[in-house]
Amino acid sequence: MNIAASGDRPQAQKHGHGPTPVIAVIGNPNIGKSTLFNQLTGLRQKIANFPGVTVEKHVGTVTLTSGDANIVDLPGTYSLSANSPDEMIVADVLYGQVEDTEIPDMVLVVVDASTLRRNLFLVSQVIEAGLPTVVALNMVDVAEANGINIDVERLGAELGVRVIPVNAARGQGIDAVKGAMVDALQQPHLSSLNVLPDVRKASAELARELRDAGNHVEDYEVERALVDAGGYAEQRLQRACTTDIIPQLEAVRERLSPDRPLGASEAHRRYAWINALADEVETSAVKTGVSLTERLDAVVSHPLAGSVLFVLVMAIVFQSVFAWATPLMDSIDAVAGALSDRLNASLPEGALTSLLVDGVIAGVGSVVIFLPQILILFAFIIVLEDSGYMARAAFMMDRVMRACGLSGTSFVPMLSSFACAVPGIMATRIIPNRRDRIATILAAPFMTCSARLPVYALLISAFVPQQTYLAGIINLQGMVLFGLYLLGIVGGVTTAWLFKRTALRGPTPSFLMELPPYRLPNLKSLLIRLWERARIFLVRAGTVIFSVAVIIWALVYFPHPQSIQDEFDMKREIAALKYDGEVLAQRLNDLDNQQAAAYLEQSYLGRIGKTIEPIFRPLGWDWKVSSAVVASFPAREVVIAVMGTIYAVGGEVDEESAGLRKRITAATWPDGSKVFTLPMVIGLLVFYAFCLQCVATVAAIGRETDSWRWPVIAWVYMTALGYAGAFLVVQLGSAG
Amino acid sequence: MTLAELKTGQKAVVSGFKEYSPLTQRIMQLGVLEDTVLEVLRRAPAGDPIEIRLLGYALSLRQSEASLIELRDIR
Ligand SMILES: Nc1nc2c(ncn2[C@@H]2O[C@H](COP(=O)(O)OP(=O)(O)OP(=O)(O)O)[C@@H](O)[C@H]2O)c(=O)[nH]1
Repeated sequence: MNIAASGDRPQAQKHGHGPTPVIAVIGNPNIGKSTLFNQLTGLRQKIANFPGVTVEKHVGTVTLTSGDANIVDLPGTYSLSANSPDEMIVADVLYGQVEDTEIPDMVLVVVDASTLRRNLFLVSQVIEAGLPTVVALNMVDVAEANGINIDVERLGAELGVRVIPVNAARGQGIDAVKGAMVDALQQPHLSSLNVLPDVRKASAELARELRDAGNHVEDYEVERALVDAGGYAEQRLQRACTTDIIPQLEAVRERLSPDRPLGASEAHRRYAWINALADEVETSAVKTGVSLTERLDAVVSHPLAGSVLFVLVMAIVFQSVFAWATPLMDSIDAVAGALSDRLNASLPEGALTSLLVDGVIAGVGSVVIFLPQILILFAFIIVLEDSGYMARAAFMMDRVMRACGLSGTSFVPMLSSFACAVPGIMATRIIPNRRDRIATILAAPFMTCSARLPVYALLISAFVPQQTYLAGIINLQGMVLFGLYLLGIVGGVTTAWLFKRTALRGPTPSFLMELPPYRLPNLKSLLIRLWERARIFLVRAGTVIFSVAVIIWALVYFPHPQSIQDEFDMKREIAALKYDGEVLAQRLNDLDNQQAAAYLEQSYLGRIGKTIEPIFRPLGWDWKVSSAVVASFPAREVVIAVMGTIYAVGGEVDEESAGLRKRITAATWPDGSKVFTLPMVIGLLVFYAFCLQCVATVAAIGRETDSWRWPVIAWVYMTALGYAGAFLVVQLGSAG
Repeated sequence: MTLAELKTGQKAVVSGFKEYSPLTQRIMQLGVLEDTVLEVLRRAPAGDPIEIRLLGYALSLRQSEASLIELRDIR
């Protein structure tokens, strides 16, 4: 037994630590908490993760008359109860138990004035946490419009804290909130509110007992464990204690609430207190007429009209993601191209130039090119979410998504992944359940993203005959493309289903979700959030992709023997003697390409391709295809450029290039048989449909799950699936 | 009768819960408690989930969750 620990439990650090005070912001979901946070901090904020959980940590700086303060935005929640580590983070932050977050000097609780009663549940729990508290009564305009009148003075007096009316969307009341913060920081005052004194007292007693027995436990942990029978706090408390504590907890629960579970009792007693309080401070005029939300919902959530509208909205979103992004992506491409040309022209030929042009610019360019799509998609997602539409979409799609073990909230991230898995994975943060979120993240990369399209287009146009059926309506090439999209969907859905049944198995998460009233999104808040997303994407994915791009570049470039240069210089001289004019130009161009191919064969990548050729032989790939596939693991569309070099077409190679198409059709094994047989090509397509060849996606998975385990699992799983799929196709194809 | 069986547009008062679990505790924390008045606003296309109104806000829950909530005074 650990005697040293008893008595001197790890007391949360006292207030007034450090030079910069810490303020925690907490509140129900959808009540304008982010908007208020953005009003307080502006651009002085950043997003990180809380240690050990998948919860985002927004921290910012707010300037008060007393100086700067750090402000931490906690995830939206209806109560301090927790069924998972993710949900426990809110209580843990309030009690100063999170590693990299100091105990707050004060708490700002944001409240929706138009649904005061439901909000007061959390308010009372937070006030009882024993930190100086200020309540921001947000959405006062909405309350007013609904005919609700709140006696702010009286509410504050009853709660024992300052209550400030706010309209975060318009920036009204922000200065008053700041003023109240300064007061709370300079003259900390604690409310004496205690709705459940008996529970508080019993928890403290039990906590003392447990500590006397040598366990490291906090009062609040015991209180949460008592109230939330079967919840996360109980499990964690059990793990922290050396003896079986469940009987002890049960005995205390039984004593405190003999006729119903203590958790139910807590809810009832708090709501009884809330109702008494609200009856005093809140008056609401009888509403006449139908609200805007009800009128809109008559269409938006109508089974038929709503479904049609939903399809329409999604079509517009994805249409825009492609259509609006394309010119921007083209201009990024053009800038990168122009930059490369400038450097190529002005710098001497050599390793450094090649590193800059083929490594750095090509690498960074391949990241930045996704930015327009990400920003457009995110702008849509934020608008849809803030307006309240997203909750309706999840409501409509829940039944369908449940078939693969997910919930309605997984739908939009999955759909987004058809543009690009990276924003799709980033969009999974609207999924509250951790297991569902991870299952969705694993399914997302299967969706046919825009980077797969060029690969599909090249292979299909080269090898699938241009046949049409039914008077030209059905086109075989189109059908194959459609089949590949379908394959991705089936792969993703099956993956989610499989993982939800095995590694991510657990109780079905509830679908208790508020359908907030329709609101006009706030432009300033939208821009701040977009900026944050852009920055995270560029910094995080950019660093990883950048380094991998440089590595691949090095593998392709080195050892770069001088002998090849000499050999081809000789050939060029001979050509110059033999030919002239058009023919010579053509000949020299061919020689350039052959030289590039010769370098590639000599390069480390070429050697790797030859070494691993046996592994891919069962898939019908020779060393050239193998090298190209290996080189495209950082970004799948790179395969076309690499194939272009390997098959020595040279110059600009894209899916349109007839040259590359012809060359690969003609490619043969040493024995003269064709490399690109139909089964091999279909196998290759299947490989690309399944395989996770995208560093940006791997990095996004790592970031969003806050672990290295899931990206590794995803990568191994998808690569294995790609290999197995291609193997099966090739074996079946050559047998039949 | 449970909330799962309540028709769209009908109102009722909560009379109790079929079971006690972290799920029902969560439902209670959202204000769905004995004596709370609620109304079914609509159902999703497949009839599930449903949307209810209580305490001045709208909440969606699945049929399986709604079937845990017992009702009286159906109007
Ligand atoms: N009318 C009105 N709308 C507001 C007010 N404050 C915020 N909004 C709007 O409410 C919507 C939701 O705001 P958010 O800040 O995203 O809410 P949140 O609480 O952070 O929501 P989650 O991030 O989903 O937990 C946005 O469309 C805001 O523009 C307000 O005081 N009045």
